[in-house]
Amino acid sequence: MKFAVVKFPGSNCDRDMLNAAIKAGGEAEYVDYRETSLEGYDGVLIPGGFSFGDYLRSGAMASVAPITGAIKEAAAAGKPVLGVCNGFQILTEIGLLPGALIFNDTHTFISRNEVLTITNNETAFTSGYEKGEAVTFPVAHGEGHYYCDDETYDTLVENDRIVLTYNDNPNGSRADIAGVVNEAGNVFGLMPHPERALEKLLGSDDGLRLFEKMNAWEANHDHIH
Amino acid sequence: MITFTEPTEQDILNEKLYADMGLTDSEYDKVVEILGRQPNYTETGIFSVMWSEHCSYKHSKPFLKQFPTTGDRVLMGPGEGAGVVDIGDDQAVVFKVESHNHPSAVEPYQGAATGVGGIIRDIVSIGARPIGLLNSLRFGELSEPNNRRLLRGVVAGIGGYGNCIGIPTVSGEVEFDPSYDGNPLVNAMCVGTIDHDKIQKGTAKGTGNKVIYVGLKTGRDGIHGATFASEELTDESESKRPSVQIGDPFTGKKLMEATLDAIRQPELVGIQDMGAAGLTSSSAEMAAKGESGIALHLDQVPVREEGITPYEMMLSETQERMLLVVEAGSEDKFLDMFEGYELDAAVIGEVTDTDRLELFFHGEKYADIPVQPLSDEAPVYILEGEAPAQDETPYSYSDQDLNKVFDALIGHPTHGSKRYIYEQYDNQVGANTVQKSGFGSGVVRVEGTDKAIAMAIDGKSRYVYADPLNGGKEAVAQTFRSIISTGALPLAMTDCLNYGSPEKPEIYHQLEASTRGMAEACEKLSTPVVSGNVSLYNESKGTILPTPVIGMVGLIEDVNFMAGIEISAGDAVYLVGETTKSFAGSQIEKLIDNDIRKQTRDIDLELEYARGMDLRGRLINGEVKKIAPVGRGGIAIKLAQLSAFHHLGMDVEIDLDGEDLFAENASRYIVIAPAGLDIRDGKEIGRLTDEGFHIGTRDLTIDRSIEAISNTWEGAIPQCMTSMD
Repeated sequence: MKFAVVKFPGSNCDRDMLNAAIKAGGEAEYVDYRETSLEGYDGVLIPGGFSFGDYLRSGAMASVAPITGAIKEAAAAGKPVLGVCNGFQILTEIGLLPGALIFNDTHTFISRNEVLTITNNETAFTSGYEKGEAVTFPVAHGEGHYYCDDETYDTLVENDRIVLTYNDNPNGSRADIAGVVNEAGNVFGLMPHPERALEKLLGSDDGLRLFEKMNAWEANHDHIH
Repeated sequence: MITFTEPTEQDILNEKLYADMGLTDSEYDKVVEILGRQPNYTETGIFSVMWSEHCSYKHSKPFLKQFPTTGDRVLMGPGEGAGVVDIGDDQAVVFKVESHNHPSAVEPYQGAATGVGGIIRDIVSIGARPIGLLNSLRFGELSEPNNRRLLRGVVAGIGGYGNCIGIPTVSGEVEFDPSYDGNPLVNAMCVGTIDHDKIQKGTAKGTGNKVIYVGLKTGRDGIHGATFASEELTDESESKRPSVQIGDPFTGKKLMEATLDAIRQPELVGIQDMGAAGLTSSSAEMAAKGESGIALHLDQVPVREEGITPYEMMLSETQERMLLVVEAGSEDKFLDMFEGYELDAAVIGEVTDTDRLELFFHGEKYADIPVQPLSDEAPVYILEGEAPAQDETPYSYSDQDLNKVFDALIGHPTHGSKRYIYEQYDNQVGANTVQKSGFGSGVVRVEGTDKAIAMAIDGKSRYVYADPLNGGKEAVAQTFRSIISTGALPLAMTDCLNYGSPEKPEIYHQLEASTRGMAEACEKLSTPVVSGNVSLYNESKGTILPTPVIGMVGLIEDVNFMAGIEISAGDAVYLVGETTKSFAGSQIEKLIDNDIRKQTRDIDLELEYARGMDLRGRLINGEVKKIAPVGRGGIAIKLAQLSAFHHLGMDVEIDLDGEDLFAENASRYIVIAPAGLDIRDGKEIGRLTDEGFHIGTRDLTIDRSIEAISNTWEGAIPQCMTSMD
């Protein structure tokens, strides 16, 4: 699989994301936000950071960047699209994922390792995990409170689209939600950083399986959704 | 001078306007002598910032000269933006610490944020990619609402900048003491790595080469910031808020990437960040180092608004700017590159053979100053220090309720968990953080290698106050202990000298004696000083404690030994080093007496080095699992911190008096290792357990549950911060 790591001005987890895709056996290249095509890529990775300084609202400026149309096309074509942290915020701003990420309840930035539960292992992103498995990913965000209205929430629950929850909710997210997928199951947004959890030496290697499964997308995706 | 209305040369002299800018009468006379005429308004401003303490080190130069600055591994010492030290394989580590005390006192968020931004640009201007940030903070006690406000603002500012630009903040230290009431200390350190062949110098050479400005448009912010940083804080300091700069980490990030790109271009001659004294110091210093002249056409400088005068432009400390000198003919290549990063950039001048700094605005000359005297002939003041009387009368705390002392100390913000602070900093971005804030130094792997850089920052102001000479040695030694505790070989250090007014004889003595002690420690511990910064006039309600802050880096050749080390119940606890009744400058003395006795503090630097290196060897070869230097609060507090951090109990018996648990003499460690180990000068004092915290001594027993210890330790800062002020 060849992944595009979309780079916005202010992205700062772009190298980490690129390294993660490569470590999982894939190929990866940066694609500038001013590009308008993602042709030739099998998957899209939207890294964390502060795209456009998070000025106006996190992810808001990125959502109108030239590359946005191509991201939507990739999603519509069924390619895997992963947004981590600021990438998740961008995916909700684009409308590829429901809900919104608002300020942490503490109104302070929170950076620490969180224990999370894999609540759905039947996505092509999470099929490498057990259902109910506890994994440790770092979180680092100021606006990570996942908010959605009741109707959206009910839909998410009905379709089993809540993939990841916090064991010790750090930001006030509704129902401890840490990550959700779209209806088709090929767009995944999460606030925690699996790309920072690839080696035991750095505290956790729980994130590696996520990238490995993405890299084996065709084989996985067909039998799941 | 037609374009702008400014005071004339005669006004400046008659109304002593130079004094408002911080120049003394004799300094003004010296300027007149150098120029051979009276300076105009712009020139007076330029001299005043270049000769401010912040830029010229006029009171501290003699002390800084004592420091050893060379060593086998030192590639670049003080004088450039940051120090550079070899780490093998043609790679090097680049680091420096800098203060942002005065701005943070007036405007904590922006003061701290721009402190971080400034130190990052120092590292980047050498050509290095930053891999870690550290900070050393001091505030008055959190019982005061203003100190809580300052802590909140400073921490948010540090996080706001560092998190956004994407450099992990991996270590730090925080102390609370009434002497910092209203005059907090905010020292920021940045560490980067670089390949040897990429190392840049801030130099302007080659007549005809072009001067390029890149970064934020210049505005009227931070004017006279360097001068402000060199004054005492007063009630009027609030009115200096416009002297505080505003950070823009988003532009800072773009500028960082663009700079690292520019440095790869062979046509780059020199580069320097525009920090304190902005365009003035960057252009004058680069010209001085290149033994060239420089001519700037200020009408070409990108500005935020119309009507900014040359005076304002030269003194503005607008953030996120760099000044480059590039080979003539290559300027378009650089301008195109910066456009790609969506940064403002312009050719604003050229290198000349005149040895003068010449400033033009629409063809009219606004300044014409010989570079060398401006940069190098700032007056140096050698004053008389006065050592205060020492009182060596022994004293004791054996009649105190030491159980109460124990609880009070672990629940005090200085000793309690700093989680409230460090969890606001992204400490893992970059995915190379092996050890983050919480307990001990930061450790960051060098990307793509098995090497790692250990980084620590520390200060021991109460010891320095008690005994400036030996306290100075201890400040260095304590940081050395932090580094060896990771298994790293200490390489070199940087320092930030935070003191009160050097014009007071006692403060001058503190500076003189403590730097002498530091220099000796650097020599004995093989940690030369490669960069640094001085912050004097830290006076608000009173004078701050003398606070030299030491930043140190060490090299771990193969960091993989750290994987899988875990301490657990059953491991033995060792106390290494002799304990003496050393209470001058201690935390028990602060708690009980609210004072610092001026008594001799002992430290044997040869022993310090030998012990440290011995323990380091044992950690790397797997003999011991953890090394924890004993610091503030003594043995009792270190054991409690270990227990609380790891959620483990402890069963320890020590053949000492109860009060000795709180003594703070130098060169001691708690070591966790399998039982039965023979460690030089070490004694096995007990075991880690699954439950209960117990310390027994000759006349004192401390018994607590793990929960009680953890809760007190974890709650130390949050319990002060619950109310919104």
